[in-house]
Amino acid sequence: MLTFIQQILNGLTIGSFYAFVALGYSLIYAILKLINFAHGDLFGLGAYLGYTVFVYAFGVIGSKFGLWGLLPMGFVAAAMGTAAAGLAIERVAYRPIYPIGRLPAVVSALGMAIFLSNFIMAIWGPRYLAYQESFIPTGFWQIGELRIRVLQVLILLSSVVLLFLLYYVIEKTTFGAAVRAVALDRETAALMGIDFLKVIRFAFAVGPALGAVAGVFVGMYYRQINFTMGWVYGLKAFTATILGGIGNIPGAMVGGILLGILEALTAGYISAAWKDVFVFAALMLMLIFRPTGLLGEKIAEKV
Amino acid sequence: MRRKFPTLTIPRPARLAFLFASLAFLVSFPFWASRYWVDVGFYVGIYALLGLGLNVILGEVGLFNLGHAAFWAIGAYTTAILNVRFGVPTLALLPVSALVAAGCAWLVSSPIIHLRGDYLCIVTIALGEIVRLVLINNPGGFTGGPNGIVGIARPFIFGHTIRTPIDFYFLIWVLVALCAFGLRQLQRSRIGRAWNYIREDEIAAAAMGVDVRALKLLAFVIGASLAGMAGNVFAAKMRMVSPDSFTFMESCLMFVAVLLGGMGSIPGTIFGAALVVLFPEIFRPVAQYRMLFFGLALAATMYFRPGGLWPRRRTMEFATKEP
Repeated sequence: MLTFIQQILNGLTIGSFYAFVALGYSLIYAILKLINFAHGDLFGLGAYLGYTVFVYAFGVIGSKFGLWGLLPMGFVAAAMGTAAAGLAIERVAYRPIYPIGRLPAVVSALGMAIFLSNFIMAIWGPRYLAYQESFIPTGFWQIGELRIRVLQVLILLSSVVLLFLLYYVIEKTTFGAAVRAVALDRETAALMGIDFLKVIRFAFAVGPALGAVAGVFVGMYYRQINFTMGWVYGLKAFTATILGGIGNIPGAMVGGILLGILEALTAGYISAAWKDVFVFAALMLMLIFRPTGLLGEKIAEKV
Repeated sequence: MRRKFPTLTIPRPARLAFLFASLAFLVSFPFWASRYWVDVGFYVGIYALLGLGLNVILGEVGLFNLGHAAFWAIGAYTTAILNVRFGVPTLALLPVSALVAAGCAWLVSSPIIHLRGDYLCIVTIALGEIVRLVLINNPGGFTGGPNGIVGIARPFIFGHTIRTPIDFYFLIWVLVALCAFGLRQLQRSRIGRAWNYIREDEIAAAAMGVDVRALKLLAFVIGASLAGMAGNVFAAKMRMVSPDSFTFMESCLMFVAVLLGGMGSIPGTIFGAALVVLFPEIFRPVAQYRMLFFGLALAATMYFRPGGLWPRRRTMEFATKEP
């Protein structure tokens, strides 16, 4: 029972990472009908930006603010930097190409993914970088045998808060209505006076920013980052997106958490080496029997 | 905003002359190039074969397949296992590898063939990953785990052992030439036209009595069998196979080769394969940044030539008559 709860807790944590990244895929797919293959690498970029900010912040101004003063700074800086990168990629590689057709856009997205991961490698080097102990909250609560890390709670809380925030913006505000309208029909939305470029920019700023938050969390949780991490998490997160139903926000959350738990349970009870096989097999079964995802049917066309 | 790129209509004698010139280049190449470049030429051939296979699936029928490396891996491992464990001659395994890859393609694509566009794309990515992970996890001790299988015998033909880079160069390019010719005939047959019809409008094709499901499966089977053959030759050349050779990146590069060259275009696909292999070779002096430039070049090509660098001439399709 104890291992079960521990595995569920691990699954919730990993699932939160996937949910964060899945949101970016979902948002951009809903609006552009484009799988943004570069999204996984934007997440990787976020992890590296966070690392650099932490290293400099702790080296220069660390003593003044302490850990809890610097953490938000690191997250905000990583999110802003990655959002800027997302916007730049949209402007340079997607906006001129997506009116031409979907396949050229897919190739362009693959090109950007290759570019970004090699860009990270060129700047930070091909070796693993370690998030140092000093910029990770290391506390934990001990409940009987069960150990709950502060970081895990932080990850779960911030994923819930940010996802609700995004959900609120999309579902309840006027701008959110514009986003939904563009997702439904871009041309009609434009005729109604909606600036769809603004909506697209919104997606390409918010998606990568959320990815960057996840990237920094992954760095803190596993203590190490690598330039190839974008591929791995990107693929898993995309699986989560499909599981939950592409193009809807609660779906990305549900898909991410489910995937995380599935992964943790297979790793814990069956075999760690086969966990990814189970994950991808689940994806294939899902697509064969319910291609719109778990929550897809209800609100399929919404963001 | 949809821009058209009119393709030049080159007169037939000029095209024939070009065909013979490129054939002459390909045949003479190993006799004046260094061993290193002959090896590079061999890899161009491997990618050309893989690209031609993927071109049937992606270019002719328009099915997004981002897991083509799986079939390549299946071909290579079939060769490795049957040769090392059971001593079957490597070259005799060429058709066997093709058949096994085709059979696997039929098995796995049957349940997913109805998926469209991006969904199919994701499933094929998952498929490629599953195959790679299974190879790493070494079920039943058959695949040798992360280290793979070593000691594949050299292929021999009519008492001549295929050993030098030049031998392998000719082996792969003869295969490419045969496959390219066969595919060209297929392209101009009823099957080829039906494929293109499905690509352009699946519902209309079904309404006209085209058996969409069977033809899509056929495309997968043919594409996978070419990849299986590429796997066989690749295994014979390397004399070992390991899961590292069949990553998602390889699937991406094949996908890119087809789209860079021009969907549905046979010479275009070979050209695209050459670009994908030669780009990192030419930019070896700036090794650290070459893939960075490659990514940028992909985006730029799609901007300037969205139909690929060597697109198939569409007018010919209307000009061909029913035999």
